[in-house]
Amino acid sequence: MELLIFYPIAGLCVALALGVILNTSPVGSAMCLIGMMLGLAGIFVLQQAHFIAVLQVIIYAGAIMVLFMFVIMLLNLKQAASADWVSRDKNLYITILTSALAIGILYKIVDVTFMADLDSPAELPDTFGTVATVGESLFTDFVLPFEVASLLLLAAMIGAVVLAKPKLD
Amino acid sequence: MDWITEFLDELWDFIVQSLADNIPLIVGSVKAVVIAVAVMSVVPFLVWLERRLMGRFQVRLGPNRVGPFGFGQPMADTIKLLFKESIIQTSADKFLFHLAPAVVVFTAIVAFAVIPFGAPFEIFGQNIELWGANINSGILFVFAISGMGIYGMVIAGLSSNNKYSLMGGLRSSAQMISYELTLGLSALSIILLTGSLSLVDMVKAQETVPFILIQPLAFLLFFIAGVAETNRAPFDLPEAEQELVAGFHTEYTGMKFAMFFMGEYINMVTMSALVTLLFLGGWNSYGIPVWPIVSFAAKVVFLLCVFIWLRSTFPRIRYDRLMTFGWKVLLPLCLLNLLITGTIKVM
Amino acid sequence: MFEGTVPLAHYLTLSAVLFVIGIVGVLVRRNVIVVFMSIEIMLNAVNISLIAFDHYLNLSNGQIFSFMVMCVAAAEVSVGLAIIIALHRNKPTVNLDEFNLLKW
Repeated sequence: MELLIFYPIAGLCVALALGVILNTSPVGSAMCLIGMMLGLAGIFVLQQAHFIAVLQVIIYAGAIMVLFMFVIMLLNLKQAASADWVSRDKNLYITILTSALAIGILYKIVDVTFMADLDSPAELPDTFGTVATVGESLFTDFVLPFEVASLLLLAAMIGAVVLAKPKLD
Repeated sequence: MDWITEFLDELWDFIVQSLADNIPLIVGSVKAVVIAVAVMSVVPFLVWLERRLMGRFQVRLGPNRVGPFGFGQPMADTIKLLFKESIIQTSADKFLFHLAPAVVVFTAIVAFAVIPFGAPFEIFGQNIELWGANINSGILFVFAISGMGIYGMVIAGLSSNNKYSLMGGLRSSAQMISYELTLGLSALSIILLTGSLSLVDMVKAQETVPFILIQPLAFLLFFIAGVAETNRAPFDLPEAEQELVAGFHTEYTGMKFAMFFMGEYINMVTMSALVTLLFLGGWNSYGIPVWPIVSFAAKVVFLLCVFIWLRSTFPRIRYDRLMTFGWKVLLPLCLLNLLITGTIKVM
Repeated sequence: MFEGTVPLAHYLTLSAVLFVIGIVGVLVRRNVIVVFMSIEIMLNAVNISLIAFDHYLNLSNGQIFSFMVMCVAAAEVSVGLAIIIALHRNKPTVNLDEFNLLKW
């Protein structure tokens, strides 16, 4: 059953991710990205990380992508210039080299993990991935990172307000 | 050809086996169909209720010609809308233009999946629970799905290629992001009190006293934010007729136009059900001898009438006031309420 | 045939493929918004592998970490889009190659 669900979703996610970078209009890219994020939420559910799956939908698909759409509408970027998606001439070789390098490194990583004996998941308790379990370790072992993250979000909020506000002088 | 038949045999065996293994899945699917059909069939009734009540509020009769008490009016309207020509202007983005109303209706119906509307009962030896799914974070699911509903309006605004539609989409995205915070934070005080994210547990926690008596401020904030989330008057800025023609659905005709309204009405029902579950005690009837489901339905219908009442009473808020109200009044009040609730809970 | 579980390596492969797509997007595209979206693809790709390791080793650290990734992504997007709006106000374009001036 897991196989039947995983591979179609994975294929869809890859196709939609390609759609993001190949689409000519930013709106199309954003729609593909929303689809990809929902697909990934499905994959998280498959891995029984229900809390993260719901967060993925609320934060990524529900808030971050709405911000993207908001900016696309604000700047009125419905149709981009046709030359927009062509590669940047100056960096073409760098692009090819970097992609090759990245693919090589990632191939190696995947290769190494294939060697490890991780073909089937661990015996998971019923509480795996629930809000209670994740919340408990968030507020005990990881309480310092949690507080730092809240400070980061506060800083980002103030930064966004200051940056986007028109200068009054 | 051999491998094809083999493959089909194997697939068939797999399907039969998994059906036999998954009786709960079948029960779940039946419930899903029943809930979806029930929710959609509430819409015509709600249209009728709104038009009749609005008529009374504005000291006129309202539609009363088609059928007894004008009951046939929604049916007549539906038939009219079905036979209308579907016009798409040439400059629109065809795919997104068709996608938008579907997104609105889809998210509205899916959000209803986790709403419990009655206590579980036994029939044919099976324990039937009156909810689509009792996932352990039900309220988060509702918020996640209703957050997706924004895209319907945003896509409609973007794909219509019309500046009024664009303005409508822009307004709806800003408004819904702002009021979602209030909605979530005021629900958080209820989550604090019950210690669970499951809607069923929340109802069970209200068996003696409904939370509206313990958390009146949270109820008020939640209800206001709920009205804003469903884009109802006085927060119907995205479709303000006087400023934006009809906002994000200016260019829509026929059934696609009707689908936006269906989405709005279903969202109203969902929001009323959510308020009932969180604050009015769900299906608990507090001593009045009625079936749980009747008690739940009565509360939801009452809240729907309040929605309509609000629409005919308040004038539309100006856009900048809407934002100021959301960020500078509702949100601080929410945080204050949460702080006090938390303090009392700890002490 | 349809039974069994997905090996961890397949989750990691999916994650790797998405990450590379993100890198290519950042390097190839000129539109600021699309470049930004490609960064989001990369962050999402990382989350897949974090959660996959959680699932296979029965931990909860990966979920906490992807929670933090989401926080950082939210912060990054809010500031980044504000920067894009500020840039657009000064120079009405979204083409990255045209932002090659130190001062305008």
